[in-house]
Amino acid sequence: MTLIGIIFYGFLAIVAIVSAVAMLLNRSAIYSALFLVLNFATIAVLYLALGAPFIAFTQVTVYAGAIMILFLFVIALLGAEKLSGHEPIKGQRTMAIVLGLIFVVELVLFLIFRNQGIQPMLALTQDFASPQKIGIAMFTQYLLPFEVVAFILLSATIGAIVLTRVEKPARLGAARGKK
Amino acid sequence: MDAALIWEWVIKSLVLILFLTVGFAYVTYYERRLLARIQARIGPNRVGKFGLLQPVSDAVKLIFKEEFTPAGVDKFIFVLAPILTVIPALIILAVIPWGVPIRLFGREIPLFISDINVGVIYIMAVTSISVYGITLAGWASNNKYALLGGLRATAQMISYELALGLSFVGPAMLAGSLSLVEIVRAQQSSVWYVILQPVAFIIFFFASIAEINRAPFDMPEAEQELTAGYHTEYSGMKFALFFMAEYIKMIAISVIGSTLFLGGFDGPFVESQPWLGPIYLLAKTFIWLGVLIWVRATWPRLRYDRLMSLGWKILFPVALLNVIVTAVVVVLVN
Repeated sequence: MTLIGIIFYGFLAIVAIVSAVAMLLNRSAIYSALFLVLNFATIAVLYLALGAPFIAFTQVTVYAGAIMILFLFVIALLGAEKLSGHEPIKGQRTMAIVLGLIFVVELVLFLIFRNQGIQPMLALTQDFASPQKIGIAMFTQYLLPFEVVAFILLSATIGAIVLTRVEKPARLGAARGKK
Repeated sequence: MDAALIWEWVIKSLVLILFLTVGFAYVTYYERRLLARIQARIGPNRVGKFGLLQPVSDAVKLIFKEEFTPAGVDKFIFVLAPILTVIPALIILAVIPWGVPIRLFGREIPLFISDINVGVIYIMAVTSISVYGITLAGWASNNKYALLGGLRATAQMISYELALGLSFVGPAMLAGSLSLVEIVRAQQSSVWYVILQPVAFIIFFFASIAEINRAPFDMPEAEQELTAGYHTEYSGMKFALFFMAEYIKMIAISVIGSTLFLGGFDGPFVESQPWLGPIYLLAKTFIWLGVLIWVRATWPRLRYDRLMSLGWKILFPVALLNVIVTAVVVVLVN
C-alpha cells in the first residue's frame, strides 16, 4: 500500500473509532446520535474507497438518513437529551467491563490459535458490488432469506400500526356504561 | 491521475457551485417578480435596471445584519445546523450531465462532475442527509416554535422521501441503469420519460415540493402557527444560509426533474451543436422553477394531518403500484 493509501485509511479508521467511542461516552443523547451518524458516514466513505458505491450510498440513505433521523426525532420529541447520573440497572457497568474483557480474550485466543497467517485479500473486479450483481445475488442465491426478511419487516410494520392505533369507543353509551 | 484531470474536476466543481450560488440570488429575484405579476403587483424594480441588482443589495443587507445568538442555545449545533443544510444542497447536482462531452485544449471533457453507476441512489442519499440541518436547527434553538417546526419538517421529509425515491425507480427501470448519464442517453434514443412515466412524473413533482418544504407543503414554516419554524432564532448570515439552501434545493429539484423526466440536456440539434446542451437544460430548469413559483402563488397551505395522509395514503401506494406496473411492462416488452 502506498503512503497516501496508509494515511487515507488510517485517518478513516481513527475517525471511525473515535466517533464510536465518543458516542458511548457522551452524556448528551443528541451528541451521541450525531457521533453515530459520523461513524456511519465514515464507514460509507470506506465502502466508497473500496469501490462499492452502491453499498456506500445505501448505507448513508438507510442508516444515516432514515434510522438516525428517527432516533434524533424521538430524542427531540421526548426531551430526553441529558442522561441522569444514576444507573437504572444495578451492576451493569461491572457486567459490561467483564463481558468486554471476555470478548478481548476471545479475540486474542482466536488470533493465536488459528491455523493460517493473515493472507492479503484477493483483488476485486471493478463491478463486484454493482447494483446488478447485488440484485441477482439477492434474488437467486439468497432468495429465501430475502423473502423472510421482507416478511419480518412487513409484520413489524403492521404491528407498529396496530399498537399505535387509537381505540375508538364503539358507542357512546357503551363507553359510559363501563364507568 | 494527472494534474490536468484534477484541474478539470476543480474547475467543474467551482463552476457548479458558482452557478448554484448566483442562481440562488437570481431565483429569489425571479420568484419576487413572478409572484408580484401573479398578484397584480410590480415587484422589486428600483435597484438597478429592472431591479436586477436587488439580490446584491439583499445580500449586503444580510451580511451586515447583527448575528444574534439567543440564550440557552446549544452553541455548537446552532452554528453547525445551517452549514449542514447548505452542503447537501450544493453537492447534490454532482451527478447531473450538462451536455454531450466537449473538446477543449485537445482533451475530451465530459460535462458532469462524476458519472457513478448509482447516480440516482446518490441523489437519494444526499436528500436524506439534508434533513439533519433542519432537525438540529429546531432542536438547538431552545425555542418551542423552532422545535415544533423542526419536528414537522423531519416527519414531512422522511414521509415524502419514500414516494420520491419510488418515483426515481420508474425512469431507472426503463433506462436499465441507475446512472443519470445513461438515463438521459436512453431518453435521447426513445422519448422523454414524462410520456412513458406520467404517474412517476406527477409523484416526483409533488413529493419534491414537499421535500424542499415549499408551498403548499411549507408546514415547517407555517407563519400563523409557528412564527418562522426551525429558523425562528436565526439571523444575519446564518439565516441567509437557510434561505440559500431552500432556493438552491429549488434549483436542484428542477434540474433533477428535468434530467429524469424531460430529457435533461436533450433537444433538437444537440449532437451537432454541443453548446446547446446546457442551454436546453437551463431552459427546462427555468420553466420548472416558474411552475414551482406559480404553484406557490396559487395553492393555500395544506393542513398538517392532510399533508401526512396525502403522502402516506395516496402518493406512496400509487408510487408502489407504478413501480410494479412498470416492472411488469419492462419484462413483457423485453
